[in-house]
Amino acid sequence: MTRNGLWREILDLTFEHLALVAVSILIAAAIGVPLGVVLTRRPPLRGWVLGFANVMQTIPSLALFGFLIPIPLIGGIGKRTAIVALVLYALLPILRNTLVGILGVDAAVRESAIAMGMTDRQLLLEVELPLAARTILAGLRVATVTTIGTATIAAAIGGGGLGVFIFRGIASVDTTQILAGAIPAALLALLSDGGIGWIEKRFSAA
Amino acid sequence: MTLVEFREVSFHVNNQVILDKLSLSVTRGETLVLLGRSGSGKTTALKMVNGLVFPSAGEVLVDGRAPTAQDLVQLRRRIGYVIQEVGLFPHFTVAENIGLVPRLNGWNAERISARVRELLEQVGLDPDEFSGRYPRQLSGGQRQRVGVARALAADPHLLLFDEPFGALDPVTRLELQNQFLSLRDRLQKTSIFVTHDVNEALRIGTRIALLDRGRLETLDTPEQFLQSKGPQTRAFLAVLEDRLRAPSEQLEAP
Repeated sequence: MTRNGLWREILDLTFEHLALVAVSILIAAAIGVPLGVVLTRRPPLRGWVLGFANVMQTIPSLALFGFLIPIPLIGGIGKRTAIVALVLYALLPILRNTLVGILGVDAAVRESAIAMGMTDRQLLLEVELPLAARTILAGLRVATVTTIGTATIAAAIGGGGLGVFIFRGIASVDTTQILAGAIPAALLALLSDGGIGWIEKRFSAA
Repeated sequence: MTLVEFREVSFHVNNQVILDKLSLSVTRGETLVLLGRSGSGKTTALKMVNGLVFPSAGEVLVDGRAPTAQDLVQLRRRIGYVIQEVGLFPHFTVAENIGLVPRLNGWNAERISARVRELLEQVGLDPDEFSGRYPRQLSGGQRQRVGVARALAADPHLLLFDEPFGALDPVTRLELQNQFLSLRDRLQKTSIFVTHDVNEALRIGTRIALLDRGRLETLDTPEQFLQSKGPQTRAFLAVLEDRLRAPSEQLEAP
């Protein structure tokens, strides 16, 4: 492979990797934040839902990708299966931080909001979510950083991304290939950690 | 004319009796103080008026009706509520905090900002200086002034106070009590005021309801209260006498 060809491939796979992560995080947030809000209103459900999300996290990632392959509709080889697995992993930090962030709102502030005649919707949108925003963002940050790492395994089931380099490098005992996957993945993780961390800080200033 | 009425109201959690057949009524224009020790049920009784807590038995009538779930939101917007922890929204400015209920009620921005200025002046804070501040940039006394302004914002006919000045230093507390009295004389509001401080109760109450372990012990004017011989009343008055006597005794000590 020519030198230019390697750079070209690094760029392509980095974008593919990023797309895989972005789609997974967006779906996980679209499920995790509303579900977290529901759990603040329905305490009996908390144990079950958090338990499920916890169990998902304990399954070794390679095994989870493998388990999903034979399942109809969401399974099979390719990106869709990879995204399902990544969403399952990203769910817990987002869900848990949404719950913790909202429950962490000062009881006196919540009581005042209710006593002044806010509806539950107003309480949520104007008080609880803004005050929990930092904690929820911290959950998104953790989910994003870990998903960038975990997404390298997607290549094992044909999901593409930077893992392609790593698996190829392992198979052919080629350190250059492994680094071509590992270094961009590490940089992506650092950048997203810093980027979301910056947004988090902006929220604390407000 | 009765504004709030408790009819045989009981409340218990886990077999523990918090309120035991409490009956009393609050007349328009008066300041009814609910006085009692910790655990006497006074805060629970207060929270039943704006539906933060519901009776296990009996009923609490506001304007002659027991609030149902549907009109609870509207009812609460017509009742001011001030608590010891103040509970200002930390992400709202002072002006946004005070203007909240008017905004929920759909006032336009101009009317809200005029109202906010008027209220800040009424509670003794310079509107130009304080409107744009955040709660964390205020002292405890200033915060509670904003809390009172917020409760008054939509011109409620009834105000509920839950030990509002309990966390303040004695000098600031006195200032805010005086403020309360002058506002009350000017605005002619009905108030229910929870406190464990007998001094405060005597200063600001037009009537004092003494609660003991969920039961109404006495319901007196401050003058009657001072003459009362009930054991609980005496216990509270003993605090007062102790305070009055303490300095002279110290002087007499060798």
